[in-house]
Amino acid sequence: MAKRIDVSDLNVYYGKFHAVENVNMTIEPRSVTAFIGSSGCGKTTFLRTLNRMHEVTPGASVTGKVMLDDIDIYDPSVDPVAVRREIGMVFQRANPFPTMSIYDNVLAGAKLNNQRISKRRADEIVERSLRDANLWDEVKNRLNKPGAGLSGGQQQRLCIARATAVEPAVLLMDEPCSALDPISTLAIEDLISKLKENYTIVIVTHNMQQAARVSDRTAFFNVEDTGKPGKLIEIGDTNKIFTKPDKKETENYITGRFG
Amino acid sequence: MTTATENTATGAAGDGPPLRTASMHTRTLPGWFPPVLLVACAAVVSGALFALGSFHPASATVLTALVYLIAIVVASAVVENGRKATDRLVTGIVYCCFVLAMVPLVSLLTTVVVNGVRRFDLYFLSVSMNGVIPSMDAGGVYHAIVGTLVITGIATAISVPVGLLTAIYVVEYGRGRLKAAITFFVDVMTGIPSIVAGLFVVALWIMIFGPGQTNGLAGAISLSVLMIPVVVRSSEEMLRLVPADLREASYALGVPKWLTIVKVVLPTAVAGLTTGIMLALARVIGETAPLILTAGTSSTRINANPAEGQMMSLPVFIYQQVRAMGSSGDAGVFSEERAWAAALTLILVVMLLFLAARLVSRFFSPKLGR
Ligand SMILES: Nc1ncnc2c1ncn2[C@@H]1O[C@H](COP(=O)(O)OP(=O)(O)OP(=O)(O)O)[C@@H](O)[C@H]1O
Ligand SMILES: [Mg+2]
Repeated sequence: MAKRIDVSDLNVYYGKFHAVENVNMTIEPRSVTAFIGSSGCGKTTFLRTLNRMHEVTPGASVTGKVMLDDIDIYDPSVDPVAVRREIGMVFQRANPFPTMSIYDNVLAGAKLNNQRISKRRADEIVERSLRDANLWDEVKNRLNKPGAGLSGGQQQRLCIARATAVEPAVLLMDEPCSALDPISTLAIEDLISKLKENYTIVIVTHNMQQAARVSDRTAFFNVEDTGKPGKLIEIGDTNKIFTKPDKKETENYITGRFG
Repeated sequence: MTTATENTATGAAGDGPPLRTASMHTRTLPGWFPPVLLVACAAVVSGALFALGSFHPASATVLTALVYLIAIVVASAVVENGRKATDRLVTGIVYCCFVLAMVPLVSLLTTVVVNGVRRFDLYFLSVSMNGVIPSMDAGGVYHAIVGTLVITGIATAISVPVGLLTAIYVVEYGRGRLKAAITFFVDVMTGIPSIVAGLFVVALWIMIFGPGQTNGLAGAISLSVLMIPVVVRSSEEMLRLVPADLREASYALGVPKWLTIVKVVLPTAVAGLTTGIMLALARVIGETAPLILTAGTSSTRINANPAEGQMMSLPVFIYQQVRAMGSSGDAGVFSEERAWAAALTLILVVMLLFLAARLVSRFFSPKLGR
């Protein structure tokens, strides 16, 4: 199930703007990798290159290699749709489908792809995914109500349920807990720990404690100046990054000192 | 409130620190004051005009509005403060403008209804003009209703797919020169005078079928020439309103682009799309010039076959009856009555279509709330 991601010499552009420069990293299977770094340093941008969502933005381009096990996902013969079926994503902003009920939102991966599943199996998937996302108790009595009628945090958990319902090999999560209360945050962290037994997980977070709690490895990104490309400063075991990082910049960021 | 004003006064006199909050209290005119003032103004103005013997509803209304505006500003300036007075003045002006904007609409509708009901009945709706000679107190619009429904129906059936698919191309796929060219030509097409569209189709028919062969279908084609650009423009706007987040959410689930468009983008935009299509339909359903050129003005019998001969439609029927209004004696009166009744019918048809579209979009559109 879980797959390794190997990134080499990756450069990411928005038109002429060089957003992320020269990233090399390995994302281990069956583990959680956290991306930390200041706002605007390119975490989201880089994350989106890992499932070829980046190219959806008009004018955006990528150079370099991203290997998913032994397949280069940027190989011309690779279908981005197939890549995205393997690598799921939870976005920074909750985006449930407004035309669908809560139930259909969870099953969106199957429904939108015209996959047929039995009612029993569908019910199972919905309940399991919603329980995992700590949303089941809140919505079990109104599964047929529209997903857009939920609170912001509930919508975010619905999106997490939607992403896990299709059981991707890799799950990319862009600040999944930034809109959540501490209890739901803990539930999501539990979910992440549980999912990592089978999946590869990448999580972007601004919450240092969260990175320290859930991740096995941590990558620190930084940008020197606005207009300059963001860079991967270092990546390593979370323990090491948070206790004795190799780079001075990392230490400054983690201890809250800048400049 | 009075104490508050006194507070300010004492504060200003240097009795302790000036109370800034005190100035937040002002005396306000009671809520019943503006309407009562308005009624009073109306009474005074009407009375004065009657006394002068020159009462007319229009002049009375205008004078009442003016007197009221002056009175409310003065009253507000005296009792309240300058800012409130300005607020009252602008509020008054806004209401006046609103009434002014409603005048033509209401007057048009009442005129059509009042004149239309004289002949508007089941008989009028269910018979054609076949065999009706000008002096007969008979005849109806059934054939014109059939013609309008068939012609606009075909026009819609052509325009909606073409327009919607063009809009989808421009918004979702198009880039570079081709997209710019399409957008440009659609913009140009929106400005085509309707008679030119009619002329174009007549020329086309002459080229293909020879002269004098135009029919209902030609009318439908000329209407779709007018309708397509409107559908494209409005659908484009509606598709652009669908947040990119939703498309990305769908892509991230491994859904191909075309399925994303069909199952996410279109359903999300459906309410706006139907409204846009209805507006385009409403624009062409009253088109007269191209239909005079194509579907003809002389059909009096029921013809539901667009491929065969002339076809009457409601706007052309109105045109034809208005032209006959000058006939001597009863014939002119009958024509005038038929014209108004047909106008009423046309407005009702459009309203029914709008109602249907509202229901459709209510049924499909995103459901918010719990
Ligand atoms: N669609 C876009 N077009 C052009 N530039 C963009 C676009 N999206 C992001 N950028 C730029 O790319 C850089 C990186 O942005 P990104 O969203 O990846 O930051 P981030 O690290 O995720 O920040 P945050 O922590 O605030 O989410 C920023 O300078 C941003 O302005
Ligand atoms: Mg981000």
